[in-house]
Amino acid sequence: MTSTQITSQVRIGDGRVGQSALRPDGTLKVTGEFAYSSDLWHDDMVWGVTLRSPHPHARIVSIDTTAASAVPGVSAVLTADDVPGVNAVGLEHLDTPALATGVVRYEGEPVALVAADHPETARRAAKRIVVDYEVLPALTDPRRALDADAPLVHADGNLVRSMQIRRGDPAPTAPVVVALDFEVGMQDQAFLGPESGLAVPAEDGGVDLFVATQWLHVDQTQICRVLGLPPEKVRLTLAGVGGAFGGREALSVHVHACLLALRTGRPVKMSYARDESFHGHVHRHPAWLRYEFGAQPDGTLVYGKADILFDGGAYASSTAAVVGNGGTLGLGPYAIPNVRVDARGVYTNNPPCGAMRGFGCVQAAFAHEALMDALADRVGVDRVEIRGLNGMRLGDSNITGQVIDSAAPVRELIETVRDMPLPAERSGAADIRELPGGVSNTTHGEGVVRGIGYAVTYKNVGFSEGFDDYSTARVRLEMTAGEPVATVHTAAAEVGQGLITVEQQICRTELGVERVVVHPKDTTVGSGGSTSASRQTYVTGGAVKAACEAVRASVLARVDVPECRLEGDKIVSAHGEVVASLAEVLGSGAVEETVEWRHRPTREIDPETGQGDAHVQYAFSAHRAVVDVDVELGLVKVVALDTAQDVGKAINPDAVIGQIQGGSAQGMGLALMEEIVVTDGHVRNPSFTDYLIPTILDMPPMRIAVLEYADPHAPYGVRGVGEPPTISSGPAVAAAIRAATGRALRRVPVRPEHITGT
Amino acid sequence: MDFLAPTTWAAALAAKAEHPDAVAVAGGTDVMVEINFDRRRPPALLDLTRVPELREWAPEAGRIRLGAGVTYARVIDELGATLPGLAMAARTVGSPQIRNRGTVGGNLGAASPAGDSHPALLAADADVEVASVRGTRRIPVAEFFTGVKRNALAPDELIAAVWITPPAGPQQFCKIGTRNAMVIAVSAFGLALHPARRAVGTGIGSAAPTPRRATAAAGFLAGELEAAGLWESRGELPDALAVEFGARVRDAAAPIDDVRGTAAYRLHTLSVMARRVAGWAWTEYRSAA
Repeated sequence: MTSTQITSQVRIGDGRVGQSALRPDGTLKVTGEFAYSSDLWHDDMVWGVTLRSPHPHARIVSIDTTAASAVPGVSAVLTADDVPGVNAVGLEHLDTPALATGVVRYEGEPVALVAADHPETARRAAKRIVVDYEVLPALTDPRRALDADAPLVHADGNLVRSMQIRRGDPAPTAPVVVALDFEVGMQDQAFLGPESGLAVPAEDGGVDLFVATQWLHVDQTQICRVLGLPPEKVRLTLAGVGGAFGGREALSVHVHACLLALRTGRPVKMSYARDESFHGHVHRHPAWLRYEFGAQPDGTLVYGKADILFDGGAYASSTAAVVGNGGTLGLGPYAIPNVRVDARGVYTNNPPCGAMRGFGCVQAAFAHEALMDALADRVGVDRVEIRGLNGMRLGDSNITGQVIDSAAPVRELIETVRDMPLPAERSGAADIRELPGGVSNTTHGEGVVRGIGYAVTYKNVGFSEGFDDYSTARVRLEMTAGEPVATVHTAAAEVGQGLITVEQQICRTELGVERVVVHPKDTTVGSGGSTSASRQTYVTGGAVKAACEAVRASVLARVDVPECRLEGDKIVSAHGEVVASLAEVLGSGAVEETVEWRHRPTREIDPETGQGDAHVQYAFSAHRAVVDVDVELGLVKVVALDTAQDVGKAINPDAVIGQIQGGSAQGMGLALMEEIVVTDGHVRNPSFTDYLIPTILDMPPMRIAVLEYADPHAPYGVRGVGEPPTISSGPAVAAAIRAATGRALRRVPVRPEHITGT
Repeated sequence: MDFLAPTTWAAALAAKAEHPDAVAVAGGTDVMVEINFDRRRPPALLDLTRVPELREWAPEAGRIRLGAGVTYARVIDELGATLPGLAMAARTVGSPQIRNRGTVGGNLGAASPAGDSHPALLAADADVEVASVRGTRRIPVAEFFTGVKRNALAPDELIAAVWITPPAGPQQFCKIGTRNAMVIAVSAFGLALHPARRAVGTGIGSAAPTPRRATAAAGFLAGELEAAGLWESRGELPDALAVEFGARVRDAAAPIDDVRGTAAYRLHTLSVMARRVAGWAWTEYRSAA
């Protein structure tokens, strides 16, 4: 950057689709002035805190709140008895009490709430709540969950979902067979902005909730049920979100802050500290995976089998959908004629798991990519070539029998990363920051071996399996101070990914305006769907585009000239002649349209065969990792992490690069270090001291090739961007470490002692 | 909670005498974390950041007297060449923000087995100067650590400074962490060669209830170097000697399994680190001839 001047103003012609428009929140964030949800403030507010279970599984014999209520400054102490409506929330199953009733099923389950005039007072009072627990046997090994003698986490059994995919020969054989077992640890989203919100009681008996979240309307539905209030009395506005990655799809402070606000009649702020945050949101499912490939001697796949077990933890959250993804996408982006996949998600007394970037595909990719390497080695085919050989192409069917009806450039992606320049070989006196261990000065080159690994993936975009997945957009065009201004209003959450910039770019493109006001995200407009599944640019982008088209049609209908367009403050004919000024046509009025927009429908899969058009779109990516491993100490330095990804159409190229860089870092983190360590149901590292995420010294600069093969079914041809990098980067890193060390490394994160064998 | 904020060293000692249960705080990178997590709620905090004497360092009687309040960042910037072992350890502390706040005195006060300064101070034969209204005394750093997060301070004492002799021989420090920066030690090792007295200094971190020396290993290495005339000849360090030194350093440790690493891995890394740093230090010693 040569320019130091940053402006949020853009000239006409700038900031449209395909250009790297500046984010309106960018300057505020880098200067530390952006107001996150944890900065919410109300002069009259009190602070809410949560008392959580110390046990993975226990019966609540009694709760005595007397001493807590007596603490000066405390305005409310609530338990399940104080829930006015139905004490149950959940994304797929209403299995999660807002506050525990009768039993706690995981360490950290909310049991009681306290509101006080100071957060410290509230915390101290919470410690004076006396809960008499009768500890119950805990189910903490998901591999035992379906045993006849396993403790029941829920009365109707420990199975959340089981799915099967059967395609082709039910008992296939092949000349070459490789089979391996894998294990993936529990990753955390590790967003930096803790769960927080402010609930303000309203005169109508309702409540206004300002909260960092991913899907306002599904939050609203769940909150209403617990509060026993209709939607018009529970109004949500998105507060500043400091990252999400799936971890804000399930509720955290939402219901609790509202309960306290309605009880106290005061605005209630809740904001988790970091350790509480680790207990306060769902994590990525740990998984146990058994995979088998059968192939011809040349490496062509004959069959694929997989048995995948996801630990859902104590409550279902989105486990069923994760099982759906893990199953339907579980063999990776390969054309495989004969398939047998079983995927299950189970309840345990471990921390609840749910949505996280990559959603079921991350775990599977570690398995299918490692197995693909094993197959390549067995048949003596190059690891890149075997992926090109078996990779899906346009028109192929995937394992659920769905025809891939837009680009599936597996071979091009993997060959693109292969053909990128490799980092220079290490020379003698390297800067220790470039070596494994970094400034910790553990090697000056001794024991360091380089390895290269490849991985490729595909991921569904949007909600699947027949879900009615839509977004709503309201767009208004009017003249303000002689200038045309578009206002775009959606409830789609901006969580840092750049959706508000995309909304502005679409409005500028479709309406020819310069100024686009993004209305605060709230529930006064229809649902924008979830900010997850890489779907918002596609689906809310599609809704905004459609709303703009409706506005444009309405405006142009007022001039009697065909095929006109909007350009700045003018209406211009196809020949470039000014037909009218927008001021003349609009006068002092506004044109406003609201559109509910859907992508092509998906279908539920057949329960017996798993066949069906389960997904609306697939996004493909490939990574090549180059690592230096200190094989004596087990320390890893990722030297290069290069990628190629088909994004259909880069609406905002810089934002696309940012998503790819961030997603790649997150995937690398799971391969190397990111794991919530759970022992007997207890989280042992609920802090950033011991839950490690990559630093700038761990993440190399990246080469990124962005392919743009438009999806003809998607607005502007877009393909979801956010998730694929998180899926293919980790397996590439793991493969590179295997290449450097010769170790099997069937579990991620790869710990140093797995490499050293000590 | 009382907050005591003396502005002179005398006032700080008086405050500590009057409030022996006050917890001293300098950079706050340990103490404030414990308070924020509600693991500790002392009746009073004794803030030492306003005491200018603690922020000074100076050569004195052939040694460096390093005020307890000198930050890691300043150790790196101002003493990198003078106290190389300690500076190498300081570079591995946390993030730049933490190094701007954290102090060597605070590290000693917390007395964590994982404290990054400790192996370097042990290897360098540092002394800890502690003071109270009753007077001043110096404690050899090897006697300073008395248990897990416990040190030899009396209730009315504060850490005034650390005394370190600028080395006449090479120093090394290395530390294992599961990422390449900003990580608490899984294990750590400090080494100093003292050619003038034909001695070897060692310090082990994160692999015993307290930071400790590998005394037998150090004696073994020094003795073998002496026996082979290597101190004088500056000949090559035999590989087998480095390996045996590593094994003996490993044998001096008594680590545990925890969430950061296994005891077996910690032992293994100590043997590798000790072997490697012995080689690096010896190479430096030879090239200094």
